[in-house]
Amino acid sequence: MAVVEARGLTKHFGDVKAVDGVDLRTEEGEFLVLLGPSGCGKTTLLRMIAGLEEPTEGEVLIGGEVVNGLPPRARRIAMVFQSYALYPHMTVFRNIAFPLKAQGMDPAARQEKVEWAAKLLDLSSLLQRRPRHLSGGERQRVALARAIVREPTVFLLDEPLSNLDAKLRAAARDDLLSFQRGLGITALYVTHDQVEAMGMGDRIAVMNKGRVRQFGKPEDVYHNPADTFVATFLGSPPMNLLEYEDFLVGFRPEHLLPVSVAHDGERTPFTFHVNRVENLGSERFLYGHLEDFATDTRVIAMLPSTVTVPIPPDQSHSFAVALNRIRFFDKETGLRIEAQRL
Amino acid sequence: MATAVAARRRRDWFDSERVLAPLLLSPAVIYITALVGFPFVLAIIFAFSDVTTGSADLEWVGFRTFGRILEDPVFLRSLWNTFVFALIANAVVVVAANVLARVLTADFKGKWLIRFLVLLPWTTPISLATITWLWTLDSIFSPIDWVLRNLGLIDTNVYWLGRPVLAMGSVIAVHAWRIIPLAAVIMMAGITAIPTEITDAAEVDGARFWRKHFEVTIPLMAPIIAVAVLFGFVLTVTDMSVVYVLTRGGPTHSTQVLATWAFFKGIEGGALAQGAAIALFLFPVLVAVAALILRMARRWELH
Repeated sequence: MAVVEARGLTKHFGDVKAVDGVDLRTEEGEFLVLLGPSGCGKTTLLRMIAGLEEPTEGEVLIGGEVVNGLPPRARRIAMVFQSYALYPHMTVFRNIAFPLKAQGMDPAARQEKVEWAAKLLDLSSLLQRRPRHLSGGERQRVALARAIVREPTVFLLDEPLSNLDAKLRAAARDDLLSFQRGLGITALYVTHDQVEAMGMGDRIAVMNKGRVRQFGKPEDVYHNPADTFVATFLGSPPMNLLEYEDFLVGFRPEHLLPVSVAHDGERTPFTFHVNRVENLGSERFLYGHLEDFATDTRVIAMLPSTVTVPIPPDQSHSFAVALNRIRFFDKETGLRIEAQRL
Repeated sequence: MATAVAARRRRDWFDSERVLAPLLLSPAVIYITALVGFPFVLAIIFAFSDVTTGSADLEWVGFRTFGRILEDPVFLRSLWNTFVFALIANAVVVVAANVLARVLTADFKGKWLIRFLVLLPWTTPISLATITWLWTLDSIFSPIDWVLRNLGLIDTNVYWLGRPVLAMGSVIAVHAWRIIPLAAVIMMAGITAIPTEITDAAEVDGARFWRKHFEVTIPLMAPIIAVAVLFGFVLTVTDMSVVYVLTRGGPTHSTQVLATWAFFKGIEGGALAQGAAIALFLFPVLVAVAALILRMARRWELH
């Protein structure tokens, strides 16, 4: 219900530019993901928006107002931390009630509010427990309950799922997203996990070295990466990048297909020398290199299990990539350039 | 050939935990037995006997010596003073050390200087530091009095150590001054051990300084505060140098504590048995206090 905006936001720690001139603007009620490797400045950016860190330069706007210099409590934000940061010496009830108590709400209203949040997150039976007696998923829900109880206008989430085990994480992603949709609260979500980013974000801001490298819808960021960093950071395995004349040619592993199954229409043929085949059941990974290109540039192809063409290793095979799937990048700057002749 | 085997056997010996463990432990064991264990056992034997410096005969008298010291009003006064000193001094220490620990963990220019100054009392020998205090609180030359006089706040000297209540206050102040650095360093460790995400969460949750301090920081520091109090309590109850140097228990026993009274009775007065009994009197109490605080610390830690 509030728009968050960063204008030229910069944070220096000594000589280190943790965040280096970030401009960003959420839509109302949007789920915006800040994605990047560790040390890219995404958490610092979030902490500046929260008011836990004072920016060196630039402005933070929440709901159209500059909030620089305001303490976190005056920003109407709620934050969920990676470790959940529950107060270990308090019961679940007191944890959830803590922000209300700090607001000076009277005990009766507080009780009502805590029960509302607990019900919403299915915690009603756990209110008298202490955090250390809860499972990871329960702790995470307590952290969420504590965050919403004060009805914030913005949700800030710092890798809230990274402490859950892989199986729980998929379910938690779903719960978290429907929870956010239900409340309609703008959310800024920091993660280094591209699956979370692709799966949850309305839009993704991909960050590296303190800067936003690309900001857009997940499919756009995935298919039309703005530079080679985004191209290789997103996707697993990452986009194949090959040197050709004075630029780089890029295509995703799933677009490199045997000629027999490749799309008709305009396509670029490659001779793919396969060194090794990895069958994972749902897909097959092929490792090797393309003839006509430098042999030390590894190329990976990913075939879905629906493609059953036999690919014996240590042989060359005829592969192709649809022309509209090929991306081109500048060799020096790494930035994407318009289509080139191959 | 034979020597090689012998050498290998010797190496095996040093590799064996059965040999190495006792070997490495022995210095500590010998040291503790000779310098702590032996005097302690001797004190217990003395306390249940009627030994004096005048006669080497040692007769077993059971609890009679304890009965004798309990009838002594000076002993009761000392017992009371010991608790008053320990409790008030440690209350002061907990508050002051907490403030200091906060200051020391904060980030500011010239931090190293403040840290250095705070730790200074801990680095000087107790008796030497107390002698400095003796001069600072001197009845005629006290610089404190000089300052107060020149500010026009007092007409005549205060006699810090010459009046019962002031003397008690002075002893407490010096005790607190001495223990604060240690307690502050212990509490600093406690503050640093609190995950920053938790204090950040408290801030985002809207807690201001005092709420954050009393509802989040202090409860999370409770185990380490308990440890600091334990050290402080034991150090004040067992210390004799501060009272001995500053007031010698005076005026008229108003600052007498068990440690000094045991010394005056047993060593200076020659009643070894009574001295030992006085010194041992608080031993069960101290053991109980230590056990209690350590248990509380463990329980808090579990939460």
